[in-house]
Amino acid sequence: MTEAFTSRKYLRDMSLPFCVGCGCVTVINHFLRAVHELGHKDLSKFVFCSGIGCAGWIPSPYFKADSIHTPHGRSIPVATGVKLLRSDLNVVVFGGDGDIAGIGMGHLVHAARRNLDITVVMVNNMIYGMTGGQVAPTTPIGTKTTTTPYGSFEQPLDVTRLVVAAGASFVARWTTAHGEQLKESLKKAVATKGFAFVEAVSPCPTAFGRRAGFKDVAETFRWYRDNSVPLEETEKMTVEELTSKIAVGEYVDRKIPTFTETIFKTIREAKKSEKTN
Amino acid sequence: MKMAIAKQEVRALSGDEAVAYAVKQSDVDVVAAYPITPQTIIVERFSEYVHNGEVDTEFICVESEHSALTACLAASATGVRTFTASGSAGLALMHEILYVTSGCRAPVVMAIVNRALSAPINIHCDHADSMVERDAGWIQIYVENSQETYDSVIQAFRIAEDPDILLPTMVMLDAFVISHTLESVKVLPDDIVRKFVGTRQIPLVKNHEGKLVPFKLDPENPVTMGPLDLYDYYFEHKRQQEDAMQRASQKIKQIHDEYGEITGRRYGNGLINPYRLEDAEIAAICLGSTAGTAKTVVDQLRAKGVKAGLLRLRAYRPFPAQDVTKVLENVKAIAVMDRSHSFGAYGGPVFHEVRHTLYDAATHPQIVNYVYGLGGRDMPQTLIHEIYKELQKILETKRVKKPVRFIGVRE
Ligand SMILES: Cc1ncc(C[n+]2csc(CCOP(=O)(O)OP(=O)(O)O)c2C)c(N)n1
Ligand code: SF4
Repeated sequence: MTEAFTSRKYLRDMSLPFCVGCGCVTVINHFLRAVHELGHKDLSKFVFCSGIGCAGWIPSPYFKADSIHTPHGRSIPVATGVKLLRSDLNVVVFGGDGDIAGIGMGHLVHAARRNLDITVVMVNNMIYGMTGGQVAPTTPIGTKTTTTPYGSFEQPLDVTRLVVAAGASFVARWTTAHGEQLKESLKKAVATKGFAFVEAVSPCPTAFGRRAGFKDVAETFRWYRDNSVPLEETEKMTVEELTSKIAVGEYVDRKIPTFTETIFKTIREAKKSEKTN
Repeated sequence: MKMAIAKQEVRALSGDEAVAYAVKQSDVDVVAAYPITPQTIIVERFSEYVHNGEVDTEFICVESEHSALTACLAASATGVRTFTASGSAGLALMHEILYVTSGCRAPVVMAIVNRALSAPINIHCDHADSMVERDAGWIQIYVENSQETYDSVIQAFRIAEDPDILLPTMVMLDAFVISHTLESVKVLPDDIVRKFVGTRQIPLVKNHEGKLVPFKLDPENPVTMGPLDLYDYYFEHKRQQEDAMQRASQKIKQIHDEYGEITGRRYGNGLINPYRLEDAEIAAICLGSTAGTAKTVVDQLRAKGVKAGLLRLRAYRPFPAQDVTKVLENVKAIAVMDRSHSFGAYGGPVFHEVRHTLYDAATHPQIVNYVYGLGGRDMPQTLIHEIYKELQKILETKRVKKPVRFIGVRE
């Protein structure tokens, strides 16, 4: 019989730094449950990389595992280095939308294009949480933030679709109100060979919810539920209908050559031809 | 003719708010910025001014500091007034563009809230972030409190944009101690600040065809900025930047003086701010907010009859070598306080500069270096007393036992 799940098993004996109601805690629980269900008794087969932002604190220093906390936006290049040296380990990146899709956007696109064998979990609270609620590239139009006091006016980025277009192996988006689905996608992401990206739309009551007009986290959850549309249904919807909706589901799950496969193969072949020359 | 001092209003402002208020009054055309603790409040306050329609500024929430400075550089190249703010990792990310900005002679003004550099992560004050950028061709001014922050940001636009100077300028304020501490700040009326900063004057330069045209990007009079410049002219262009830096010393003093006439506030001569140095035998030298604490210590020592003084460097680039030499002429033992360290070097950066400057001083003062306060470590009066105690010992023995020391750290 498998052992019962407890997230404590994977966490250092420290109290977590997140605000009450923060979605980061939900993401931790679903991720660790996914790890547990994949049969990992501990995190010895993982390395975690994170940048700066609240979501960056998810693994570091709280997970009982190797983790590297790197500059804002740079977790993916760090993960690239780690993966190339230790391709036997699961390299997982956690980061906020600002970290992953704002300042670090270039790295995300290139890692997906290379189909680098890592998992990126982007906790999308639609705001720069840690610095106190400034507009992010994911902030919905009209949202009041500390840098857009009368509502943001720039088109937000659909990061998930971008990663699909860039060439990733596995891409999914859920909200933290879709616990079971989020956990299942995280399982698939970790098990994926190639670039796996999971966007977890997640509440930040402190820096987003308050100003955006949500009374509490329960209201945010209701908003997630009411505004989430299963991916299959979005095909029939117009662009206007889709605005301010969250299209949830698994976007792609495809077998394509991965970065480590191709690079190691190239090296092997180069060595072989050197010998025959 | 002496000008009458303007009527000023007292406002409760933190250092960050003082920056935002000064920028609001300085008629800035473009602000591009990215948030970073503890600079964020500057950007937030300023965005309120923009969205309330209190300023005509175009404000861009860019996706990184690299983009922030690049956008400001480009806007500045079109001849308008620009501002950004950052610190720590944000300033480090701007590094490449810092050189491009000064090389293009784009007079961008930037407020830096001094914060330690990673790793490990630390959000508190030290001067590592701006010290490493001292060679980037920017004028650097370190302030002591919120009032001076406000005053210096306004002066910075005049200094940077002066057609004789055209050098980007950064104003440094200490994280939290200044950035987040509410003080009574005297502010000028809007119209007086506007008049003081004026509109940006664009000098004429020869274009590719040999015609004199305004030095800005303008389709009417096209010029090319920042192109390839190899061993034929690159060196001359760098030499021009150095000449502008040298001219800036005088200009900083002059603008500081002109501003002092309006406000009644002066910080030494604008380059250096001496405190009770006239007959001092021993003195400490520092930058930024530490001077506030050190002045109290100097007063306590003076009350006991110790001839102690303090020198705060306000301008770090251009380095006020002549003023430093002159003001320390009769001081026999000096402690240079560095709030950053150059790993593996013989002491911190301010120590290098001061000791090197005083190498030719006739009195050959004894000089000791104290690296302190990294990552926001507190520098209380007790530790500053220790420094002055050591200076008294040096004065007696005429000997510096250990020239480079660390203070306030577990050994
Ligand atoms: C180069 C650099 N610029 C800015 C910062 C300041 N900073 C820290 S976290 C953060 C953004 C946080 O937002 P996000 O990445 O979305 O994560 P969240 O806190 O919302 O989880 C910023 C701008 C930094 N640490 N480094
Ligand atoms: S600020 Fe927002 S994202 Fe950060 S811990 Fe608090 S709730 Fe979570």
